[in-house]
Amino acid sequence: MLIGRIVGDLVATQKAPSHEGRKILVVQPLNLDGSNRGDEVLALDAVDAGVGDRVLVVTEGWGAMTAVGRQNAPIDMAVVGVIDSVALADQHSEHAP
Amino acid sequence: MLLARVIGNVVSTVKNDTLTGKKILVLQPIDSAGKDRGEKLLALDSVGAGAAETVYYCRGREAGFPWYPDDVPVDATIVGIVDHVNVSRQ
Amino acid sequence: MLLAKVVGTVVATRKDSRLEGKKLLIVTPLTPEQVESASSAGAPGPPSGKANYLVAVDTVDAGFRETVLIVQGSSARMATTCKDCPVDASIVGVVDSVTIESEDR
Repeated sequence: MLIGRIVGDLVATQKAPSHEGRKILVVQPLNLDGSNRGDEVLALDAVDAGVGDRVLVVTEGWGAMTAVGRQNAPIDMAVVGVIDSVALADQHSEHAP
Repeated sequence: MLLARVIGNVVSTVKNDTLTGKKILVLQPIDSAGKDRGEKLLALDSVGAGAAETVYYCRGREAGFPWYPDDVPVDATIVGIVDHVNVSRQ
Repeated sequence: MLLAKVVGTVVATRKDSRLEGKKLLIVTPLTPEQVESASSAGAPGPPSGKANYLVAVDTVDAGFRETVLIVQGSSARMATTCKDCPVDASIVGVVDSVTIESEDR
């Protein structure tokens, strides 16, 4: 899974029927120090996450599909958890990106 | 899934039977501000997308699922046409 | 499969119900050479904040700073306790040592 921050969402009227009724979130993947890591990705929401939340994104199709309850759908990423905290072994204090 | 803009199409007469009747489009990946990101790629269209439209596409094995239960040899498929992206920028 | 080092944990209360009770660890991938040299010359230093990383589900009770085996993709779900869970990486072993046979030695 990836750690990312939700920076927005998008509206699409014409889309795969399996994407209807699920939020499409714009997620910025993060490095362990909280800085941006690469390009934004789009993930369907499975846990009612919102803008500003730090989240766990699953990047494997079956997991993503079943997390949003849509089998055999063209879904390659889904938000499956809202992160409360991250602790790193070699740091005393928790990082807060 | 990732954001992209449709910048062209590909015509192929001789192709795998399972690709017959499917549109092949050229995509330029973009970020949420519309700026070009990374390498262009080819993707099948499952939603009737056209030139210059902003779309989002799915990668990997899942890219074949719009045609389920048919198996389609594809690794990227357009699965939605984007009306707008809501990202607040400071 | 990948070799990796456990460098942290993630806590998430609101998550897919199939992830409940699972330990989520942050791991940074290592090359076999890094693991081999670490066992003879002590553990490698802490990873930089920009290091490549994964969040993986632990199935073997791995601990901080341990070297582990990771499987990625749909295979991650084949591990016991990860059956039918929405995971894309899981920790399936704790590595004791790595030996590389090199021709020029």
